[in-house]
Amino acid sequence: MVAMSKIATGNGHGENSTYFDGWKAYETNPFHPTERPEGVIQMGLAENQLCFNLIKNWLIKHPEASLCTPQGVNKFKETALFQDYHGMPEFRQAVAKFMGKVRGDRVKFDPDRIVMSGGATGAHEMVAFCLADPGEAFLVPTPYYPGFDRDLKWRTGVELVPVNCESCNNFKITRNALEAAYVKVQEANLRVKGLLITNPSNPLGTVLDRDTLKSMVRFINDKNIHLIGDEIYASTVFMEPEFVSISEIIEEEDVECNRDLIHIVYSLSKDMGFPGFRVGIVYSYNDSVVSCARKMSSFGLVSSQTQHLIASMLSDDEFVDNFITESKELLFNRHKYFTWSLSQVGIGCLKGNAGLFIWMDLRKLLKEETFAAEMELWRVITNEVKLNVSPGSSFHCQEPGWFRVCFANMDDYTMKVALLRIRTFMLKNNEAMVPLKLCRPSSLKLSLSRSLSRRMDDFMSPGIMSPHSPLPQSPLVRART
Amino acid sequence: MVIEIEKPSSVRLSKVAISKTHGEDSPYFAGWKAYDENPYDEVHNQSGVIQMGLAENQVSFDLLEKYLEEHHEASSWGKGAPGFRENALFQDYHGLKSFRQAMANFMEQIRGGKVKFDPDRIVLTAGATAANELLTFILADPGDALLVPTPYYPGFDRDLRWRTGVKIVPIHCNSSNNFQITPQALEAAYQSAESMDLKVRGILITNPSNPLGSAIQSSILNDILDFAVHKNIHLVSDEIYSGSTFSPSEFVSIAEILRNRNYKDAERVHIVYSLSKDLGLPGFRVGTIYSYNDDVVTTARRMSSFTLISSQTQHLLACMLSNHEFTQNYIKTNRERLNKRYDMIIQGLKKAGIECLKGNAGLFCWMNLSPLLNEPTRQGELELWNIILNQVKLNISPGSSCHCSEPGWFRVCFANMSEQTLRVALQRIHKFMEQRKVCSVNR
Repeated sequence: MVAMSKIATGNGHGENSTYFDGWKAYETNPFHPTERPEGVIQMGLAENQLCFNLIKNWLIKHPEASLCTPQGVNKFKETALFQDYHGMPEFRQAVAKFMGKVRGDRVKFDPDRIVMSGGATGAHEMVAFCLADPGEAFLVPTPYYPGFDRDLKWRTGVELVPVNCESCNNFKITRNALEAAYVKVQEANLRVKGLLITNPSNPLGTVLDRDTLKSMVRFINDKNIHLIGDEIYASTVFMEPEFVSISEIIEEEDVECNRDLIHIVYSLSKDMGFPGFRVGIVYSYNDSVVSCARKMSSFGLVSSQTQHLIASMLSDDEFVDNFITESKELLFNRHKYFTWSLSQVGIGCLKGNAGLFIWMDLRKLLKEETFAAEMELWRVITNEVKLNVSPGSSFHCQEPGWFRVCFANMDDYTMKVALLRIRTFMLKNNEAMVPLKLCRPSSLKLSLSRSLSRRMDDFMSPGIMSPHSPLPQSPLVRART
Repeated sequence: MVIEIEKPSSVRLSKVAISKTHGEDSPYFAGWKAYDENPYDEVHNQSGVIQMGLAENQVSFDLLEKYLEEHHEASSWGKGAPGFRENALFQDYHGLKSFRQAMANFMEQIRGGKVKFDPDRIVLTAGATAANELLTFILADPGDALLVPTPYYPGFDRDLRWRTGVKIVPIHCNSSNNFQITPQALEAAYQSAESMDLKVRGILITNPSNPLGSAIQSSILNDILDFAVHKNIHLVSDEIYSGSTFSPSEFVSIAEILRNRNYKDAERVHIVYSLSKDLGLPGFRVGTIYSYNDDVVTTARRMSSFTLISSQTQHLLACMLSNHEFTQNYIKTNRERLNKRYDMIIQGLKKAGIECLKGNAGLFCWMNLSPLLNEPTRQGELELWNIILNQVKLNISPGSSCHCSEPGWFRVCFANMSEQTLRVALQRIHKFMEQRKVCSVNR
């Protein structure tokens, strides 16, 4: 037998994580409204499927954006030949403009700092290759996207060290937690090269506040380590508080920062809903990193055919402005309906205002406060309720009982089926529920807001989630009335 | 007002980032810079540098454009965009089944139907650049070595070594036998690696060869495979130019060698392919790995997450390459045109008194200018190259950038320009050679 490398034979690919187990259950029995109505509903995939009509309409009006149409074919040859790793200037300009608009035009991005990569997956790996040697470490606040374990560590040999965040302060990233993690790494004789944050957060669905961001920038500046901000969900912030990007923080008067330490990872996979197109971006304020990353991008360039389409689409200001607004509105509506429906059956979530998912609190359903109990509950949800949700442990959450549930990757009908299944399950388990403690304001805030419940009435569809349903009310509703 | 602070010594980047293994300091790229600063244009800049260092295939674009004009299904967006959503969402690293099927068929057609390819063994990567790097990550550990016959494509120095930490040990080939790989050369390379305490994990061959422009004979392929079996190492065959052979009978794929052995020894063999050369689509980043080893397929597929092919591009090419009438015609016509170009450049060079290695494939010829060197050294070659670049204004690739052990050979591309431009280039070479004759006569 001829041998493969250690990287190939190890588990660095990360597919043994429970994050993917649920996907397997889904793949063997995927839900379909007519063909497989009892199938598993995929709620573990953070996709944005809400805006395709907007995009389709634009495409129909702009056949020249495709190289295959009579209107676009005259660009075929030059595009097909274009393999310059700088990327098409029109593409970089359009992406830079889009990134600025997503941040309310409060900052400008320089097209010459935009480097392409094979999706954000490729971008993260590329940044790790540029900034750290094998054995060096990045700090990452928990809970975090499971893919980071593969993207940042697998082929690079870089280590990830968690910065523990807790639910008692809504998983805020504190300076103390950062310092504690930093010290821990030093004691293990490892070298910290950077801090990786995802803002808006996956899986929390929240944005970092200005003070926390400033505190982080000061922290990395003090330690002379890099700050990598994954802002892949930047345009999915559908509610207050407003998104604040690292790019804005470094411009603030009271923030001292060596810009050579600042790097942003971005992609169109979430904001636009184009994961298949593999449009990953590394934006660095460090000239050497831009230069090095650009060379490395040879291993994961964006197809010039796709660059051409994106350049066309994102340079249409009217379309972009409308898209950003509409997208937020659709996400807001979906999020609200979803969280409200959950609250109706006594399920709370971390108060979120961004992302394509909610961070659901099922701690009261655990038989005991352990990860084993979380896994048991997760298996029940997968096999009996037939929903693929992602267990918090797969995100390295330090507390058991949290689950990430995606809501933007399905149509309205499927969402209602999913909510009905949850409702049925919760009612069946009513006796197993511990009454909600009123001192957990974060999970109650949503249902208590008057303006919110007004909006809820806007999309009540008769028969499924009526407030006048004969089903017993959750303790939550009792507490309110 | 932004506070200006005194920058501390900037934080160190990684060793990989600081190293020069990206290879861009090689003369291979310096010639491109000269071209970028003063590019030839048939109308606007007739005295500019003609780019003959870029192995692109521009001779068959009209066939692709004609296909697109006649087949609107390749773009479903003009008619209500029904497939757009599914396509934009498709990020499964298995790749579109229809695309893999189409690629398998295309690869079979290129090989005249002599072997079959299983679409489920095809792993997609963003270009052959990524494919070669990915395979290296899978087959070798940092510090290990791959054996690569010289002369070889300069990009391998980056693709196989930069981020992987793997080393290349050359298998030296020379003009005495037309640069063919011999069992002695294989053994010598292996021993050389051992003497440097390097563990050899595999051999990487390019067939047809870049920069030689010739296909490897089947007896030699058998020798190479036997060697790999004997040493229990991997064999990667980069067949990126397989569709660019001038006649179908000239090229033998490693897949055929395996088939002849009933696929015994197959689990160590992996084929790299791409559409950048045969179809002339380097911008679309379409690379593939075909492995006969299940574990390699599985692992490569997982790793391809870092470098998937845009689903938009997969869709277009799935349509195009499933059209048998189109692909048959394309493969045949493309071969004929490349053959014609090759004849044109060889005749032109011969008239100027320049010999080339006998080639039968690729987008370039391997030109022998060793009689012109001031001294038979790398330095002599670079001096001559400088003259050709700056006086004759042709960007050709010096053999030293391809790690050729004999100075004086140059790779000259002929398919990345119009026939007219090629004529201009040949005229310039002719004039240059005439001037040199005059000079040497007058001495």
